[in-house]
Formats: sequence, C-alpha cells, structure tokens
Amino acid sequence: MKKGPGWFLKISMFVGFAFLYAPIIILIIYSFNASKLVTVWGGFSTHWYGSLWHNQGLMDAAKVSAMVAVASSTLATILGVLAGYSLARVPEFFGRTLFSGMVLAPLVMPEVITGLSLLLSFIAISLDRGFLTIVIAHATFSMCYVAVVVQARLAGFDTSVEEAAQDLGAKPATVFFRITLPLIAPAVAAGWLLSFTLSLDDLVIASFASGPGSTTLPMKIFSSVRLGVTPEINAIATILIGFVATGTVIYSLMLKRAVAQRIRIEQAMRG
Amino acid sequence: MATTGTRRVNWGRRIAIAIPFLWLLAFFLAPFLIVLKISVSQPTIAMPPYLPTWDSWEAITGHLSNLDFSNYEFLFSDPLYLNSYLNSLKIAGISTLIALLVGYPVAYGIARSSPNWRATLLMLVILPFWTSFLIRVYAWIGILKTEGVLNNFLLWTGIIAEPLTIHFTPTAVYIGIVYSYLPFMILPLYASLEKLDLSLLEAASDLGAKPVIAFWRITVPLSMPGIAAGCFLVFIPAVGEFVIPELLGGSSTQMIGRTLWSEFFQNRDWPIASAVAVLLLLILVVPIVIFQRIAKRGVTG
Repeated sequence: MKKGPGWFLKISMFVGFAFLYAPIIILIIYSFNASKLVTVWGGFSTHWYGSLWHNQGLMDAAKVSAMVAVASSTLATILGVLAGYSLARVPEFFGRTLFSGMVLAPLVMPEVITGLSLLLSFIAISLDRGFLTIVIAHATFSMCYVAVVVQARLAGFDTSVEEAAQDLGAKPATVFFRITLPLIAPAVAAGWLLSFTLSLDDLVIASFASGPGSTTLPMKIFSSVRLGVTPEINAIATILIGFVATGTVIYSLMLKRAVAQRIRIEQAMRG
Repeated sequence: MATTGTRRVNWGRRIAIAIPFLWLLAFFLAPFLIVLKISVSQPTIAMPPYLPTWDSWEAITGHLSNLDFSNYEFLFSDPLYLNSYLNSLKIAGISTLIALLVGYPVAYGIARSSPNWRATLLMLVILPFWTSFLIRVYAWIGILKTEGVLNNFLLWTGIIAEPLTIHFTPTAVYIGIVYSYLPFMILPLYASLEKLDLSLLEAASDLGAKPVIAFWRITVPLSMPGIAAGCFLVFIPAVGEFVIPELLGGSSTQMIGRTLWSEFFQNRDWPIASAVAVLLLLILVVPIVIFQRIAKRGVTG
C-alpha cells in the first residue's frame, strides 16, 4: 500500500485549499483595481490605498482598534497565564471545576450572548461604555485562549525542574519567574499574538461593548459593507491580511524555536 | 524553613488562582446572571429600558418572589422566534455536515502527506483562520453578487446565460459558514487521522478488504474523536452566528443571532433580547457540555 495521499485525496486537498484561498486572493487583486466599480477590472492602481489616508473615519477607527488590541491582549496575557498556570500546576482547589468550565466556555459561546451579557452588566454597574469596556470585554474572552495555550504547554513539561529549583531553596516567585515563565515564553508570546488578532477581528462583542466615540475598525468596516462593496474596504482588508500573514509567520517561527529549545532542555536534563 | 516555604507557595498560588477566577466570575458568570434577571423583567421607556432596575439586594430578593415569565411566553407565542431557532439549528446542522464532507478528505490528505509537507499544509489551514473573519465573509459578497466575480466568470465561459442569484439566499449563508469554519473542522480531524496506524489498513487489505471497506470499517471509526470535536466546533458557533446571515443571507434567512441583534439594537427590547439569549444558551448547553468533555479528554489524554 502506498503511504502518500492518493489522487482522490490530492484533488480534494487542491479543491479545499482553492476554496479557502480564492476569496482572499480575489479580494486582494480587486484592491488594486483602478475602477470604482468593484467587479469590473479597470487596470492596476494603488489609488485606493492612498485614499485610505484621507478617510478620517476609517483612520480613527483603526487607531481605536490598535489601542484596544494592545491593551486587551496584554491584560488577557497576564490573566491567561495565571489561569493556565493554575489549571496545569494546581491539581486541587476550591471551585476548580467551575473555574475550568469558565475558562473553556467562552471559546464556544455565541458572540451575541457574550456581548449582550457584558453590555447589560456594564450598565448594571454604571460603567460608561467606551474604550475601557471594549478592553475588558476583549480581555475576558482572549484570556481563555491564552489559558488554553499556556496550559497545553505546561502540561508538556513535567514539574521536575521547578521542584529541583525549589529544593535548592528558590522562593516560589523566583521559581515562577526564572524557570516556569521562560519555559512557557513561546506559548505566552503566541497567546498575546492570538489575543491581538482576536481583538482586531471582533465585530459583535465590540458593537455591544462600545459607546459613542469608540468605533473600532471592524465596526466601521461592517457599517460601510452594509452599504455595499467598496474598493477602499478591499484596500484596508488587504493591509489587515498582510498584518496577519506576517504575524502568523512570526508565530510559526517562534513555535519552531520553542520545539528546538524544548529538545535542548530535555537533552540537558538527561545529562 | 520548610513550613514557611510551603505557606509561601500556597499564598502565591492562591493569588495566581484568585485573580483570573475573580475576573471570570465578574465578567463572565455575573453577566449571565444579569441576563437571566433581565429576561424576567418588563420593558419600559427609560434608561436603562427595563423595570425594575437592579440597585439593591432587597430589590433582587423581593423580585424573586414575583418573577415574570411573560417574555418567554411571548417568545413561544410568536412564530418569528421559533422559526429563527429552528432555522438556526437547520442551517448550522447542514453546514456542519457539508464542512465534514469537504474537510475530511483534506485532513486525511494532509495526514498522509510527507512530514515536510504536513507543517506547511497545516499552516495553510490555520492562516485563513487568523485572518479577519469579517473580511473573509465580506470577500464572498464580491464573488456571489449578481454582477460579482462568479457570475461574470460563468457568463464569460458561457456556462450560464443569465446571472445566478446567490447573494442574499440561504445558499450564500451555507457557503459562508462552511468557508469560515472549515479550519475548525480540518484541524481536529487531522489530529486524530495523524495518529492512525497505517499498518491496520495494510492488514485489512492483506485480508482482502477493498480500500472503501477498510476506510469505512477502520479509518472512520478510529477518527471518531476528531469527527465529533470538529462537528461541535463548527455547529456550536454556527447556531449563534450573526455576521454571515446578516451580510450574505438577506432578509429571508432569519437566524437567532440576528433576531437577538435586532431585538436589542433596533427594537431596544432588552428583556426580549435577554430571553432570546437565555433560550439560545439552553439549546447550546448540551452540545457545549459534550464538547467540553471531549476537549478535556484531549488535554489530559
């Protein structure tokens, strides 16, 4: 029996990947279309990228989104590392089942429910909706992704190095910052990047959590898309795709380095 | 020395647990209780637009004695809501099935590829998942519109004489959901197909089983955990989907996420929106719990 994929699987893979990538490629191509009609090709032009700079509403929204993404992913990373660490390293504590349930639930929760419930609770505690509330909302669901990534990485390491450091007299905080944190650094970085893209991407939850004057980029894009496809939206979409592609490449390089580092550590431990 | 050490560990750990725990209690669990509470309140023209407001513990306990379920009665009396629920379940179910049929051979193909290729192919699956969801849905509008890329292409080749109407139909919603959630289907399928021992298939073929039989009797049962995880990962978020039916579906495809959105943002009926959210959650509780069981087994096993 052949080990590689047969012709049926090869064709399926080709069709599958074409399906995944064709829309993105078409979108990118049409962002360089000179014609204002989005579906008629009028020659190559970077006109729409230039006109982005003069679209004040879009630029403001991009600024809000960038600030929200940086703040919420940093907060989410801190919370997520603590949560992932607790779940991976503390086998028993009061309310552990509830806690692990709360960490996993937001991953599959419909966004409309998360958004609605957060908005209603912001109003219940009279917190003015705006930048802060979007950051809180994004940090809450992003921290769960960080926690899962960190927990998975910690589960891959046994506790012997941490225990050895403790036996040699290191304080728990020292063990955490000198041993555990460096070990999970690639997962932490990956978690931050993931939180950043999740925040940059979110429309539904931000729409609920935002107030006047804090319109994020997806909200702005959504309201213009409702009015129809425009070449300017294609241009900003292409820029965002470029951002994410770069981020994903950095992420996978970090993962590769992490695997190499892990192999080195394991070899060192074996002596 | 040892005792103080242990005590320090406990304190450090307690704080490490307490911070994310309290955060989730405050911003994940408590908000649900508030939704639950507002779903049994009456709408009113004020700010906030519901009564009674929640300002003291006495108000809550007093309110518990006269809960008002009229919002739920209303949901069941108006066919609009029931239809949106059923429609959401139907659209999510069919989309999940299509995603499984499209995703399975792709995942199997990746699993059977050489190890050098696998990493690249997996990255190609993950990349669109990191790309903005909204933008990927938006990209389909330009393709599916009456004067869009697909119709232009088909008219140019002469396959069709009249442009097809796909945008603003349920077909467009199916395409959008399958497209958006396909990576969620492929990744868990790949994870379980990658572990498949090819010598089992060889043994089956040595014993005279045709490849199709071997596939049905060996490959499919052994990849069941991946099939289950993938289906839940597509089905659960698809039921509550808002962006895809809103941008691709038009007014004919009503899904529950859209109903909730318009109750909240257009009708400003917060109690009804909350009741819709509570019922949606009740429908999803069973699949979510099953999914968490599978996910936990995946982490520990």
